[in-house]
Amino acid sequence: MSERDDLLAEIEAVSGRLAAASPKSAQEARAIEKDLLSALAVIKKKLASLLPEERRHVGAALGEAQRKVIETVAELRGELEREEEARRLASEWVDLTEIVADPWPVGRLHLVTTTRDELEDVFVSLGFSVAEGPEAETDFYSFEALNIPRDHPARSMFDTLFLDVGGEELADPSQSPFLMRPHTSPVQIHLMEEQGPPIYAVMPGRTYRRETPDARHLATFHQIEGLVVDRTVTFGDLAGTIEVFTTAYFGTGVHSRLRPSYFPFTEPSAEFEITCTICSGKGCRTCSQTGWIELGGCGMVDPAVFAAVGIDPEEWSGFAFGFGIDRCAQMRHSIPDMRLLIANDVRFARQL
Amino acid sequence: MKVPLSWLRDFVEVELEVDELARVFDDLGLVVEGVQRFGEGLDGVVVARVSEITAIEGADRIRRVVVDAGDGEVEVVCGAWNFSEGDLVPLARVGAVLPGGFEISQRKMRGVLSNGMLCSGRELALSEDGEGILVLGEGAVVGTPLAEALGIAPDVVFDLAVEGNRPDALSIAGVARDLAARLGLDWSVPPLPAPLGDVAEASAEEGCLVKEGGETDVTIRVECPQLCDRFGAWVISGVAVAASPAWMQRRLSMAGMRPINNVVDVSNYLMVEIGQPNHPYDLARLSGRGLVVRVAEPGEKLVTLDGVERTLGLGYDSRPGPADCVIADAEGKVVGIAGVIGGASSEIAEGTCEVLLEVAHFDPMAVARTSRRLRIRTEAALRFERGCDPAAIETTGERFVRLLAAISPKGSRLSVTQVSTALGERPSPRRVLIRVPRVNAILGTDLKAEEVSAHLRSLGFVVDEDGADGGRGGSGQVGDSGEVLVVEVPTFRPDCEREIDLIEEVARIHGYSRIPRRALLVPRAGGLTAYQRERRKVRQVAALALGATEAWTPSFLAPGDHHRAGLAEPEVVVANPVAREESVLRSSLLPGLLAALSRNVSHRNADVILFEVGHVFERAKGSSPAVPDEREVLAVMCADASGSREGVMAAVRAWRVLEDALGLRGVEIRQEPVGGLHPGRAGRLISRGDEVGVLGEVHPAVAEAFGLPGRRIGWLEVALGWESSGGRSSEEGIGILSSVPRRPPEVREPSPYPSADLDLAFAVPEDVPAESVRRSIENALGSAGEWVVLFDVYRGAEIQPGSRSLAFRARVALPDRTLTDADLADLRARAIDAVERETRGRLRS
Repeated sequence: MSERDDLLAEIEAVSGRLAAASPKSAQEARAIEKDLLSALAVIKKKLASLLPEERRHVGAALGEAQRKVIETVAELRGELEREEEARRLASEWVDLTEIVADPWPVGRLHLVTTTRDELEDVFVSLGFSVAEGPEAETDFYSFEALNIPRDHPARSMFDTLFLDVGGEELADPSQSPFLMRPHTSPVQIHLMEEQGPPIYAVMPGRTYRRETPDARHLATFHQIEGLVVDRTVTFGDLAGTIEVFTTAYFGTGVHSRLRPSYFPFTEPSAEFEITCTICSGKGCRTCSQTGWIELGGCGMVDPAVFAAVGIDPEEWSGFAFGFGIDRCAQMRHSIPDMRLLIANDVRFARQL
Repeated sequence: MKVPLSWLRDFVEVELEVDELARVFDDLGLVVEGVQRFGEGLDGVVVARVSEITAIEGADRIRRVVVDAGDGEVEVVCGAWNFSEGDLVPLARVGAVLPGGFEISQRKMRGVLSNGMLCSGRELALSEDGEGILVLGEGAVVGTPLAEALGIAPDVVFDLAVEGNRPDALSIAGVARDLAARLGLDWSVPPLPAPLGDVAEASAEEGCLVKEGGETDVTIRVECPQLCDRFGAWVISGVAVAASPAWMQRRLSMAGMRPINNVVDVSNYLMVEIGQPNHPYDLARLSGRGLVVRVAEPGEKLVTLDGVERTLGLGYDSRPGPADCVIADAEGKVVGIAGVIGGASSEIAEGTCEVLLEVAHFDPMAVARTSRRLRIRTEAALRFERGCDPAAIETTGERFVRLLAAISPKGSRLSVTQVSTALGERPSPRRVLIRVPRVNAILGTDLKAEEVSAHLRSLGFVVDEDGADGGRGGSGQVGDSGEVLVVEVPTFRPDCEREIDLIEEVARIHGYSRIPRRALLVPRAGGLTAYQRERRKVRQVAALALGATEAWTPSFLAPGDHHRAGLAEPEVVVANPVAREESVLRSSLLPGLLAALSRNVSHRNADVILFEVGHVFERAKGSSPAVPDEREVLAVMCADASGSREGVMAAVRAWRVLEDALGLRGVEIRQEPVGGLHPGRAGRLISRGDEVGVLGEVHPAVAEAFGLPGRRIGWLEVALGWESSGGRSSEEGIGILSSVPRRPPEVREPSPYPSADLDLAFAVPEDVPAESVRRSIENALGSAGEWVVLFDVYRGAEIQPGSRSLAFRARVALPDRTLTDADLADLRARAIDAVERETRGRLRS
C-alpha cells in the first residue's frame, strides 16, 4: 500500500468513527469533534511527504472529512442542545400563583380623596378652577358676609364649633369671632374679595359641625361648593350647570331637578335632587318612593352677599351650589355607615 | 308643620289626590316629610252600649264586659276601667283591622272568650289619648259605624318642612295660600272654623257674645317698646272651662298638639290656623289686674308651664346682660317669657272664669336669643322668631272670642272688653319695586309684566301696574318689558323686603321646573393649580411608591393626646365641644395617626403604612387673638414589627422617595432631637434655613403610650405649604410644594464617552454626617461626576473607636473625551482632598 492509500485509509477511519459516534450530550459531542479534528490534523501533517498530485488528492479528501466532522457534530450538537434546553426549561417550571411578593403591594387613597378628585375633574372639564381656604375661620367669612348676622335664626342651620384661641375668657362660646368653618362658603367670600368677577370655581374642603356622628352624618365632613359670577348669569344657567354635572358624574340616566328652598346667602334658593341611583327613579325605600334623592343646595347669589364683598349686583350676577363629597362616596359605594370613613381600618381601604 | 287636609280645605277647595298634592307642596318648597292618614281603619268599629261588667276570677287587671252592639250582645275582655255600665263605647269587631294594622281576632283570656275589643282614642288614631276607652257622648245610635256616629271622614296629614324665611307658612292659612296661588284657586278665611257641627249650633243659640264699651280696670303697660311694639289684650269673662269638642281635639291632635281645655285649645287652634301665637291668662290668678311688658331683672326666676324653674336675664356665664323680654303682672311678678312660654301660676285651669288674652308682637331676634339660651323650643317661639304678622293682632283677638263662644258649653255667656292701651300703631304694608327686565335677567325667563303681577297677586301682594312707570294714566294696560311694578307687600310676609325677595316668589309660583335650562358656556380654561396637581402627585407617591394607605384622622383630639405623643399641648381649643375628647385643635398629625395605627394593630393589621394629608393648626403669633395659623402637611407613618432600625430607615427612605419624586433640591436633614421622636433617630428637614418637616423614629415611650410597645415606627411629617384664597401671612407659604427649590428645568446631555467608577472608603468620625462626606465628593468632582452614592458602612476592629468606615462609589465621565488614567487619578485626588479638608474624614489605605 502506498503512503497515499494509507493516509486515505486513515481519513476513512476517522470518517468511520464519525459515523459511529453517538454523543449523549452537547459536551460529549464537542469532545468527539475535538478528538476527530485533531486526528485529522495529525494526518494533515503527514501530507508534506506526499507528491504534490497525491497531496492535492489526499488534501481534498481530508478537507472533505474535516467539513463533514464539523457539520455532523454541529448538527448533533444542535439537536442535543435543543433537547437539553427543553429539559432545563421544563425543570424550571414554576406555579405563577405561588409567587406572592407582598399581599398589598401598593397603598390606597382615601375614598373621600378619590371622590373629591373625580368631582374636581368634572368641574375642571367644564372650565372651572379649584379654590381652597382655611378650615379655621372668622365669623365674618363664615356668617356675616354670607348674610347671616349674629342672632339670625338661620344660624341654627349651622351647629358651629367655636374656637377659644386664648386670651380673654369667653362668656358665650357662640360669641367667639373664631370658628371651624361649618361650610366651605367662606372660600367664596375670599375668592370674590381677592379675585373679583368673573369667577368660575369650585371649593372643595373639610367642614365641621357640632354634631354627634351617626351612620348617616359625620361631625367632620367634606363639601364641594361652586361659584359662578359673571355678567348675565341666570337661574337657567344654574339649572343647566347642575344638570350637566349630574349626568357627567353619575351617568347618563341620572338627571336633576330643583325645588324651592331657603338659604340666607342665595335668592332664589333651591334644593337640588337627582334621580335615585338605587332604583333609577322608579321609586324605592331609599328615595321614599319619589324616585329622587336630595343632593345639595343652590341658588342665585344674594345681593347682600355681593354687597359684603363690594361687587355691584346690578352689573354682575351669579349662582352658587354645594353638596357633600362624603355623601357622593356613600352613594357610589353603598357605604352602610359613614363612620367607616373615619375608622382608618386598612381592611376597609383595601377593598377600594 | 303638620297640615290636616280637611283643615286646608277650609281655606281652599283643593281636589287633588294625595300624591299629586304632595308633589305640588314639594314644588312650592314646602317639602313633604311625611304623610299620615287618620280616621281610616274604622271599618268594623261600631257604637256599642256597655250592658254588664263583671270581674274575672283570678284577674285583677282585666274584666269581662258585655256590650250591646245593636245586633245582639257581645262578650269581650277589657283592661280599661274608665267606663261604667250604660256608657257608649267603640267596639272593634272580630276581623276589624285597626289603624296601626292590628287585626282583631277571637282570643281567650283567663277562660273568657273575647269577641272583639273596646278601643281608646289612640288605638283608633282619633286622638292622642291612650289612657282609657273612648267614651262616646249620648246621642250616638248603638250599632252604627263609629265613623258615621262621630261624623268623621278619613283625613290626611301632611308633615311639611317650612323654611326659615317663611313664617307665613307656619299656619294652615299660609300653606293654603301658597297652594291656591300655584293651583289658581280661590283662597278665603272660613268665617268660623268649620265644620262646627251641632255643638256649635247649640252654642250659637244659647251662648252669647257681649261687647262691652271698654270699661275695664285691667291695664297693660309696655316698658320696652323696642322688644314689643304691639300688645293687644282682651278681658273675657263668663268663661266655663271644659273639654273642647271632638272635632277641635281631633284637628289639634292631627296637627301635633295635645288638647287640654277649650280656652287653651282655642289658643293653640288659632296659632296653627292663622299662625299668630297668643296667650290666655287666668286673670284671677294674676296679682293685680294688669300686665307689664319689661326686661327681666338679672336672676329673676319663673316656673314655666312645663313645670321647670327658669332663671332669666343671665348670660351663658351666669353674668347679667342679655335682655329677656318678660310679661309681669301688675305687681311686678313675672308670669311669662314673652313670645316663648307662659308661667305655671296663671295657667288656665278648671276654675278659670275670667281670661286675659294676650296677642302681641315681639322682636324676632330677642325671642330667638332668649329661646336659644334658655333652650325652650316652643311653637310660639318658632313663629315669633321667624316673624309674625304685626297687623294680625286685632283679627286674632276677635277670632279667639268668636271661636271660644262657638264651642263654649250651652248657656254660657261671655263678655269681652278690649284693652287697647298698649296696642300701638297698626303697621302699613311695605312698598317694593320690581323691574320686570330684572326678573328675567335673574331667572333667565321671558315673563311678561302681566305674568309677574299675576304671580304676586295670587300670594296676596297688591300690585299697582300703573305705579312707577308713570304717565300711563288709568289705562290698566300692563305694558312692555321695560316696566317697573310697585308692589305692596302684606305684613304677613316679613321676608319680602327687596326686589330679589319678590323675584324668588315669582319663580316659586311660576315653577322652578318651568324655567328653561341653559348650558353654561365658560369663557376660560379650567384647571388645577400647580400646587393642587403636585399635591395629587404627593398622594400617588405615598400610595404607589411607599405602599401607604391614606387615613383621615380627627382634627380635634382629647386634652393630653399631644402630650402623650411627646408634643406641646396646643393652645387653641373648641369653646363649645360636643365632648372633651374632641376639643383640642391638632398641631400635628402624629397623635391621630398613632391612634389609627394602634387600632389597626389591635385588629391584627400589623405591618401597616399610613399617610395623611391634612391641616394642622397653631395659635397665631402675636398678642391679640386671631385666627389660628394653619398649614397643610403630609405625614407618613411606617409600622414594622421587626428589625432594630426598620422604623428610622423606613422614614428616611420615605423622605428620599418623596424628595426624588418631586425633584426637591437642597433640603438638608439636620439631625437633632425632635418632640415625640427617638432622640438619636430624629432630625429636621431644612430648606434655605426654614424647617419644612421632621423625620425619624417614634420615641419608644410614645409608642408604648399609644398601645404600641416595642414597635419601631417610622415618622415623616412635612409641610406641603399653603395655597388658599384665604391666605394670610407669607410665612405660611413654607413647604415642599411652595418654598423648596425644585430640580432645574435645564438638562445636561449625558456623556457619550465611556465612564469609570471611583471607589473611595473613608474613616469618618461618628458625628460627621455621611451626607456631608458624599456632598464633598460630589462637589469636588464637579461636572465630571454623574452620581455619588454611599454603598457600605463598616464599624469594626480596623477602624478606630468613634469613627466608622464609609465607602462611596462615584461614577465619572467627561463630556468631550474618554477618561485617561491621568484624569482618573486627578479626580480621585480631588475627591480625597476635599473630603479630608472639609469633613475630618480620612482615606482608608
